Amino acid sequence: MRLIFGCLLAFVIAAAIGLGMTWLTLSRGTAFGAIPIGAWTAWPKTGTQDADPYSRATIARSGELPVGSGDGVAFLARADDNGKALDGRCDVLINGVTPQARFWTITLYDSQGQLVANSIERHGFTSQEILRHADGSFEVAVAPRARPSNWLPTGGIENYVLMLRLYDTPVGVATRAAREAPMPAIQVRSCP
Amino acid sequence: MMRWALWLLAGALLGGIVHLVTVLILPATATQDAYSRFSTMSEVNTVTPVPPPTPQNAVIPFMDPAFAAAVCRYDLSAGPIKLNVPVSIAYTSVSFYTRRGVAYYAINDRAAGRRAIELDLMTSAQRSNLPDDEEVTAADRLIVESPTSTGLIMVRALAPEAGLMPAVRNALNAARCRVDVKS
Repeated sequence: MRLIFGCLLAFVIAAAIGLGMTWLTLSRGTAFGAIPIGAWTAWPKTGTQDADPYSRATIARSGELPVGSGDGVAFLARADDNGKALDGRCDVLINGVTPQARFWTITLYDSQGQLVANSIERHGFTSQEILRHADGSFEVAVAPRARPSNWLPTGGIENYVLMLRLYDTPVGVATRAAREAPMPAIQVRSCP
Repeated sequence: MMRWALWLLAGALLGGIVHLVTVLILPATATQDAYSRFSTMSEVNTVTPVPPPTPQNAVIPFMDPAFAAAVCRYDLSAGPIKLNVPVSIAYTSVSFYTRRGVAYYAINDRAAGRRAIELDLMTSAQRSNLPDDEEVTAADRLIVESPTSTGLIMVRALAPEAGLMPAVRNALNAARCRVDVKS
């Protein structure tokens, strides 16, 4: 009797730990080959044939197609500089410069990677569209209500992610430090 | 007490194995991967425009809305594929993905260095079967080897401003991918 209970307990724990870890690693992303710069993280190896089993599983599960390394690199931000998850009801300011690249785009998605509906049908900016300061730096206001200058509407959703994609860029697998790739800061200005 | 601790430990170890096995077999069992999603909307070995992502509808998640995209779902079993993509105004790239969505090759317009990106896609077996004299003329041909016989080619072109999107979409319509009949 004891043996059966023991086995059952072990199997239940195994299933919970095993599947739980799989789910967690695939929805959060792993540290394998990650380049964290400020609030942003890139996985340049995911865009190559050397992609690790975790990113292969993530890709297969979500159905996304990663940016190939000969094309560019994608940086994802789920939280601000202080590590607080991005909330669409808050006023968030992105400011700074981007690493060297021929073009870049910044896009706002919900946590599933879908665009967010809003009144002006703006889902992001390209490096050509954005209004800049005289020194080349820029500010983007990510907020539920209209802001002057570069306004990226959140639609008021609870959780969103930002993706900054650099196209035709030296940033990639060999990049190590923030010095080589200066990423813009993400700061919360106010929260209701 | 000791015995329960051992059962717990056994469970945790087994859990680790379950985790590794599920991660490894997941790509082979996924039914909603990019290739499956494109299967319903595209023909084999033809370039199909991908509808632009909207909040209500996107073929695959995390598409860049600043780009016009077209897909060629390829099958190399009938022979190598020739791909021809005219370069558009700002930035054009071609990315190759395996059946499981792994990006094994990507090239942009500047690296291709011409007015059009022209490539031959084949399996390694088809490449080793190329006649020798073809190999010589192949010097100015870009040959890409696919690790799998099926997969996806994504052609993407950037509209640097939203107003340029229709022109960029039009330019992409001229992209061609077809089975190379003579070889």
